[in-house]
Amino acid sequence: MALTTKPNIADADGFYAKLLATHRGLSEAQSHALNARLVLILSNHIGDADVLEAALALARDGA
Amino acid sequence: MAYDYQPFDYVPPPGLNGPEARHKVAIIGAGPIGLAMAIELANHGVPAVVLDDNNVVSVGSRAICWSKRSLEILDRLGVGEQSVTKGVTWKVGRTFHRAQEVFNFDLLPEDGHKMPAFVNLQQYYVEEYLVERARALGIDLRWKNKVVAVDPRADHAVLTVETPDGSYALEADWVIACDGARSPVRGMLGLDFEGELFEERFLIADIQMEADFPSERWFWFEPDFHTGQSALLHKQPDNIYRIDLQLGWDTDPEVEKQPERIIPRIERVVGHKNFTLDWTSIYTFQCRRLRNFVHGPVLFVGDSAHIVSPFGARGGNGGLQDVDALGWRLAAVVKGAQEADILAGYDRERVFGADENLLNSSRSTRFMSPEDGVERLFRDAVLHLASRVDFARPMVNSGRLSRPCVYPLIAPDADLPKGARPGAVAPDAPVAEGWLLNALGGEFVVLALGADAPAVPGARSLAPKVNDHLQSRYLGQANSAIYLIRPDQIVAARWLSASGDEIAAAMQAAWGA
Repeated sequence: MALTTKPNIADADGFYAKLLATHRGLSEAQSHALNARLVLILSNHIGDADVLEAALALARDGA
Repeated sequence: MAYDYQPFDYVPPPGLNGPEARHKVAIIGAGPIGLAMAIELANHGVPAVVLDDNNVVSVGSRAICWSKRSLEILDRLGVGEQSVTKGVTWKVGRTFHRAQEVFNFDLLPEDGHKMPAFVNLQQYYVEEYLVERARALGIDLRWKNKVVAVDPRADHAVLTVETPDGSYALEADWVIACDGARSPVRGMLGLDFEGELFEERFLIADIQMEADFPSERWFWFEPDFHTGQSALLHKQPDNIYRIDLQLGWDTDPEVEKQPERIIPRIERVVGHKNFTLDWTSIYTFQCRRLRNFVHGPVLFVGDSAHIVSPFGARGGNGGLQDVDALGWRLAAVVKGAQEADILAGYDRERVFGADENLLNSSRSTRFMSPEDGVERLFRDAVLHLASRVDFARPMVNSGRLSRPCVYPLIAPDADLPKGARPGAVAPDAPVAEGWLLNALGGEFVVLALGADAPAVPGARSLAPKVNDHLQSRYLGQANSAIYLIRPDQIVAARWLSASGDEIAAAMQAAWGA
């Protein structure tokens, strides 16, 4: 399986707003912790080692 | 201490009165690995002299968790049943975050194996049994014989040995350094470890108490009784419990070692004062090894070759697998049946095994003792999720317990069960005469299942009646198969059917591997 890099979320603006809303009211440390949990949850959902590796590389690129 | 230490007698060695004939093998260190090495070689008909600077067994329980594979090796050496009888058998581990159980494992969910998944037994008992066995075999054990110099030559080495009566020189074709994590021999040869030193310290305490804890391994992250740190509880025989407490890097080990500091900590773990402190120690986490384990006539085995952080029981158990991999090869070289270059196979296989142990213990250490920043962020995220959702539980890493590695052999293979593939330890199974593993080892064995065993020079044949366990572990869907098993009970090759010539060729290759 290959990593999807084409748009895949129907309501992109809506998702983005929800992501921010999920963090609202949290301290920076709490937000970091939430993000870490989110990465783990989504990674488990994906599961596929090749997709995860491609996603890690894409995220790291330009860091 | 709870254990009654009986000093072994020092006997002035013959070398003090004149040169001794050159020994075939000298083993430095009479810990569990050195003693096991001597017995393994004796079983192959090779005498060894064992030199130890001390004259008692291990002070303190030290290595306590003996894996199934170690018990199988100890059984071949003649002390396996004794160790299981005395020890505390366990197979379930539970991991807690604060007061909640977040992960558990069962290390041996199936029956039909002689040995259990793990036995907890203090190192001093294992050494005591091995010393008894070595003496029964007539092995030359020399207490209070301290090796102070090693001089490797082209085809032998010269040792300088100090005794209470002065020093003497001892020559040996092969020297095996089993002198532990701080190996003086390593220093004498100017060799050093490579790898990671973690900034973490744990306090180990053995306490004696009457209690009713189950025979399980319990590990806590951030327990209420030891805020923000980790703790481990393990049951040993004689009402001894091992408690490991994470101290953090900022603490002063000399201060933390004082009983007035330790006792209140233990009180918080067990919830009362009805215990006595038997032994304590403090250790720093390290994951390091020598680049190579074979250095001319000097061979490194056990902790002298590699050290891992604990919580995977990969130190002592890894060392016994070294013994397993070296014994048959070195014996063949000493007897002149094989060239010395086959020892490269020991180096390659056990460097592979050590790397697997190092990888697992480094990962566990990172989880238990994360660096500040992102390592701690993700560790805490896993623990946070593990109490609520299943997927995070296998990520909780309180130590991945020792399993024998599967060596990457290039050998004939067939469509047969994966657990018995070439490179793996031959799985145990009940047979009419007792246990399969008791019938394997010592020499090459041609194991024929559902078929006649072809005769192969230099190998013993075995054709047990196929039962359900043999069917599922060795045959799967097949009706018959031929397995070639090495002297260390590792599967060397396997076929659905094979001629004597094919098996002989695989055996030749296994010697070289």
